[in-house]
Amino acid sequence: MTDDAFDFAIVGGGLVGLAIAYGLVRGNQRVVILDEGDNALRASRGNFGLVWVQGKGQGLPAYSSWTQLSARLWPEFAQMLRDDTGVDVALEQKGGFQICLSEAEMRVRVDAVRQLMIQPGFETYEIRTLDRHQLQGYYPGIGPGVVGGSYSALDGHLNPLKLFWALHLATQERGAAYRPNAPVTRITRDASRFVLACKESKAVLAQRVVLAAGLDNARLAPMLDMDLPVRPQRGQILVLERLRRFMDRPIVNLRQTDEGTVLIGDSQEEAGLDDRTSTTIAATLADRAVRTFPVLANARVVRTWGALRVMSPDGFPIYDRSRTQPGAFGATCHSGVTLAAAHALALAPRVIAGDLGDMLAPFAPARFQSARRSMEYV
Amino acid sequence: MFRRACPSRHLIQVTVDAETVNVEAGDTVAAALLALGKDACRTTPVTGSPRGPYCMMGVCFDCLVRIDGKANQQGCMVLVKPGMRIELQHGANALVDVLSAGRVRGTSPGNC
Ligand SMILES: Cc1cc2nc3c(=O)[nH]c(=O)nc-3n(C[C@H](O)[C@H](O)[C@H](O)COP(=O)(O)OP(=O)(O)OC[C@H]3O[C@@H](n4cnc5c(N)ncnc54)[C@H](O)[C@@H]3O)c2cc1C
Ligand code: FES
Repeated sequence: MTDDAFDFAIVGGGLVGLAIAYGLVRGNQRVVILDEGDNALRASRGNFGLVWVQGKGQGLPAYSSWTQLSARLWPEFAQMLRDDTGVDVALEQKGGFQICLSEAEMRVRVDAVRQLMIQPGFETYEIRTLDRHQLQGYYPGIGPGVVGGSYSALDGHLNPLKLFWALHLATQERGAAYRPNAPVTRITRDASRFVLACKESKAVLAQRVVLAAGLDNARLAPMLDMDLPVRPQRGQILVLERLRRFMDRPIVNLRQTDEGTVLIGDSQEEAGLDDRTSTTIAATLADRAVRTFPVLANARVVRTWGALRVMSPDGFPIYDRSRTQPGAFGATCHSGVTLAAAHALALAPRVIAGDLGDMLAPFAPARFQSARRSMEYV
Repeated sequence: MFRRACPSRHLIQVTVDAETVNVEAGDTVAAALLALGKDACRTTPVTGSPRGPYCMMGVCFDCLVRIDGKANQQGCMVLVKPGMRIELQHGANALVDVLSAGRVRGTSPGNC
């Protein structure tokens, strides 16, 4: 196979690019994945690993439906990855919790759930509100300050590094070419093909192109007359020593992995391209975890890290198709673990078809244009 | 497997898995265990395979042991002390062990 035989060039080898690439190779497309090197900023290797539904979609009910679809597709997707690679991503979808540590938090939570559910067009599912006593049935060790929480049976988690690994293996197993250390600098068009200029290596030619370059999507999209206005948002994670399994189900900011490690997360900071950690955030994360499970005060923190989310202005995914450059697509989201199944099994077939379809229309970036126009005059 | 290059000079008593033994003052817990012939000080939480001190300088985390009730301490970074309770680790620590470690240290869980 020669370079100019590629049906698709995927720019970016994070979870979004790899999931789409996997769907494309399963659809018998010839795919090349162009990626940066090992020390790139890459949300896909620093995330929390939740497959999460509850609470999402305030302001855009279609986002909840899309997330619910992905959660439903996940068991089948995990099985495909296992069949292709032998890697078990440790998917568990037994439900998950959000915990409230004060009456005020509880009121906000209950109200948010109600607001979410009453939106026109919202595809309902059950989010149960639990009081302290009901929560104790699931977690006997909760602290005296835990007031209550919410529960959805659709939530779950997996091992995100195994997912990342499985997607690398599976795409290549099915014939995708993977080119690390090949950051795309510029994309142009020559007659019928896209020309992707890569730093320090030969340009790549492809019939079609999918931008999935995480934070760099903001720079690359205008080259193809698309709009992917993402910004970094930092999240920090505390990693505790491995403990025998004591949590049966994840909490949105606290979970125990398949291998016993306890992860604490869910911080959100606007910190530019800085992915370092800070003790103030670590202390806040630890404090919340200890108020949830007091016994964790004696567990040891073995590691902390920071990673940058790929965040759109309204927090919802963006899927775009260039109107002036047929064959160019862009995808970005801040829940690339949750949505990986939908990206592979629902988005990729639409990309092959060349039309994103009705279900994905609400995610077009046109929704930002009016906001942008008004900002230009500020 | 390991033999001391110089004979012991100043012995102190500690317990290893409740058995009272003599170790050399000034040794780290990891060095003391190696000198006692206990090459594997723990089994891993995931696969249960044996591990022992490797780098002896705080980098590899293979020397984890329970010291005075507190699990997952790097044996190579802690000096032996008279009366110290050293325990080899088997798999992952349970949360109840974490709880009892709190009691041993006289802190109540929750005051961190
Ligand atoms: C702390 C934290 C916790 C999170 N928790 C969760 C969670 O629990 N559940 C969940 O669903 N999601 C979670 N996420 C979000 C999830 O990790 C991201 O949505 C997902 O990883 C985004 O994938 P991506 O491929 O778009 O971006 P990235 O992972 O950032 O990948 C982008 C890729 O593009 C490459 N690239 C960039 N520029 C170029 C270029 N010019 N040419 C070629 N390649 C390029 C990069 O090297 C990188 O490989 C979390 C994120 C963070 C930071
Ligand atoms: S022996 Fe390597 S950290 Fe202790």
